[in-house]
Amino acid sequence: MTGGPRTATLYWTAVALGLLLGGTVVATEFLGRAGPTVNLVIAAVKAALVAVVFMHLRWSSPLQRLFAGAAFFWLAILFALTFADYLTRRA
Amino acid sequence: METPVEMQFDDPAQQREASALGMWTFLASEVLFFGGVFTGYSIYRWKYPHAFAEASHHLYEWIGAVNTAILLTSSLFIALAVQALHTERPRRAWRLIIATLICGLAFLSLKAVEYWMDYQEGLVPGVRFDASKFTDPAPATLFFTFYFSMTGLHAAHVISGLLVLTVIGITLRRATDPGKYANSLENGALFWHLVDIIWIFLFPLLYLIGGPK
Amino acid sequence: MANIDGAPAVTDYLQTGWRARDWFLSTDHKRVAILYLLSITFFFFIGGLAATLIRVELLTPPSNLVSKDVFNRLFTMHGVIMVWFFLIPSIPTTIGNFVIPLMIGARDLAFPKLNLFSWYLFSAGGLFTLGAIILGGVDTGWTFYTPYSSFYAHSAVVLVILGIVVAGFGSILTGLNFIVTVHTMRAPGMGWFQLPLFIWSHYATSLILVLATPILAITLLLVGIERVWQYGIFEPSLGGDPLLFQHLFWFYSHPAVYIMVLPAMGVVSEIVPCFARKHIFGYHFIAFASLAIATYGFLVWGHHMFVSGQSPYASLIFSALSFLVAVPSAIKVFNWTATLHKGYIHLRTPMLYALGFIGLFVIGGLTGLFLASTALDVHVHDTYFVVSHFHYIMVGGAVMGYLGAIHFWWPKMSGRRYPEGWGIFAAILLFVGFNLTFFPQFLLGYGGMVRRIAEYAPGFQVLNVMSTAGASILGVGYVLPLAYLLWTLRRPPDAGPNPWFATGLEWQTSSPPPKHNFLAAPQVGEPYDYAEMPRDIPWS
Repeated sequence: MTGGPRTATLYWTAVALGLLLGGTVVATEFLGRAGPTVNLVIAAVKAALVAVVFMHLRWSSPLQRLFAGAAFFWLAILFALTFADYLTRRA
Repeated sequence: METPVEMQFDDPAQQREASALGMWTFLASEVLFFGGVFTGYSIYRWKYPHAFAEASHHLYEWIGAVNTAILLTSSLFIALAVQALHTERPRRAWRLIIATLICGLAFLSLKAVEYWMDYQEGLVPGVRFDASKFTDPAPATLFFTFYFSMTGLHAAHVISGLLVLTVIGITLRRATDPGKYANSLENGALFWHLVDIIWIFLFPLLYLIGGPK
Repeated sequence: MANIDGAPAVTDYLQTGWRARDWFLSTDHKRVAILYLLSITFFFFIGGLAATLIRVELLTPPSNLVSKDVFNRLFTMHGVIMVWFFLIPSIPTTIGNFVIPLMIGARDLAFPKLNLFSWYLFSAGGLFTLGAIILGGVDTGWTFYTPYSSFYAHSAVVLVILGIVVAGFGSILTGLNFIVTVHTMRAPGMGWFQLPLFIWSHYATSLILVLATPILAITLLLVGIERVWQYGIFEPSLGGDPLLFQHLFWFYSHPAVYIMVLPAMGVVSEIVPCFARKHIFGYHFIAFASLAIATYGFLVWGHHMFVSGQSPYASLIFSALSFLVAVPSAIKVFNWTATLHKGYIHLRTPMLYALGFIGLFVIGGLTGLFLASTALDVHVHDTYFVVSHFHYIMVGGAVMGYLGAIHFWWPKMSGRRYPEGWGIFAAILLFVGFNLTFFPQFLLGYGGMVRRIAEYAPGFQVLNVMSTAGASILGVGYVLPLAYLLWTLRRPPDAGPNPWFATGLEWQTSSPPPKHNFLAAPQVGEPYDYAEMPRDIPWS
């Protein structure tokens, strides 16, 4: 491992994650129908923070980042084409 | 303070790179593994939005939230542990690993309590399910089937992660040269972070789609 | 046996210890490859036994050799064993494991212990599956369609599922090992475009192994959960959708067929230049085509579901994408053909298998286009047309590639040369037997004979008899190599380091190689530099 976060970065990231968690709870209480979508976006941001800071992707080789990204990209294929069937049935 | 170089590698740098790439490849496979069941869940959620929202209401949102906080904290602890080992502070690393393990056990304990409460409420399909609670029992059953499958699989990964970190921690603690295990701890930490990320998505998808209580 | 530089003989990997633990606890990639070779050969003959019973039953229209229920179990176990316990592991775990580190000048794979662990996972999975066979087998078809498999089948479904999931995990780890090895352990001076195309093919295969197999695992686990706890996940009466199972299943199982064929393509890319004594035509095209096949292969799975109730618009998208996926495969065929053109062709056993691959793969691939056309698929779906299509690729393609690889690298792996006369005879026999078995099946399918039936209309009998006759010839063709290859082990290992005058780093070390592969660092150059090699390959 070449680089890594400073201790302060780790703590601040944890604080950010906590705030985002709070944001999720708030969004559920007050945003009604938009709640689930906002929550999913917040979850994505939290996941990105964990990946980039805690899992050191910010300081990793491009190849490691590619591997990390590839997994989600392939998952997106599964989602997209499966939904393509369901969304267009009995259209 | 470096992991000894195995026979097939030419130098420590090559070994480190291979180790990191190997771990990320494994994590990629885990993302796809959980991704499959997330996809199934998403399809049914799209098909039965009201039934799923209603079913989700019966879950204990506050347990889910506390568990999320616990896992996020545990991720911080293990990240700090990795950093500690890299800056040649093995005793600090050991303490942080213990903190991570405590968080993990707390998560599992809360989960067990939650499962027990779900059982009491009659929310476990095939075992104890009170269909009268739901406007439309069939999709509600689907919701809970996915709920138990997904959180169950996740819990299995939490247990595996705890076992791995325990073994690494004990090995570290007893080693004369703990720095040799820096690679192992990093890989164990990466796995733990993935377990955290999966829960980060599980929480809103399962617990929060019902809207405010 | 002297080494390449004339120095006194060093113990080769076969001689370093013959206690049980020297073989079953060895992390030497070459020994692990041999362990896999033994296991998959065993499963091949079990799967072949099931096929034999199927073909004998189909000699006559009524179901008189076995009951229809037993017939269902036979074709299911034939499919399960051949797909997961023979085809998917075959080339990667036997040839790939053996040859990949050698080809890149490494002492072993990146994770040798993980490699051995993969074999144990494969074996455990195999044991579960054998257990299921002993308990009467499974009758759901290798595709495990729900809700039959999850609710109504009276057979050892969960045991087979466990077997497949455990073995599948082993295959994920193999893919992981190959990917990391190719990225991090190439010899100095060996860039990506100095790699043999066999490596490109296996890298592409490994991408699929790592990204697709987990979906199979979770899907089969969900079926298992459904079955054990009687939950409804894919059961319509409980709100589930059987098509969701099919989407998840085929998301893996279509790329899986590329796991089965890409390695064989890699083999052909090695054999053709060697036996045409010519540089491969279009190296970069073939390399990128391998990656293209692996990635595009993930976009087409819905073509297995055209008549399932999938939306016609989704079917349209999948059909168009399925036509596209044929392009990189075709590019490879053109490049191999161009390599042959004006080459100095040696019709030795490996070359016969490679040529057989090219011809039969073309037929199989073209008939895939027929199936990709939604309108035509409505007519031939679930008929013997489909069965023939995939056997042309799996047997005419992948198995021929596998046998070609075994013969090509046999001297390297065992240090012995196989008897060329027998090799040529068996290859021709296989080619004839194969076509006699499977060409009639195209006609049967198009004529309306559906698949997976023990009892058929009498008008189909003639073609079925031809097919079974072909199968018996095919069977002989498979037993012959087993016999003469084993027979070669009675001789001392005197093949020499490079009996084919081939390029590639694996031919720069002794046959068999020493435990850590190379005594002196191998010379890295441009791949397929056959202009620098003698034009004639000696006979023996």
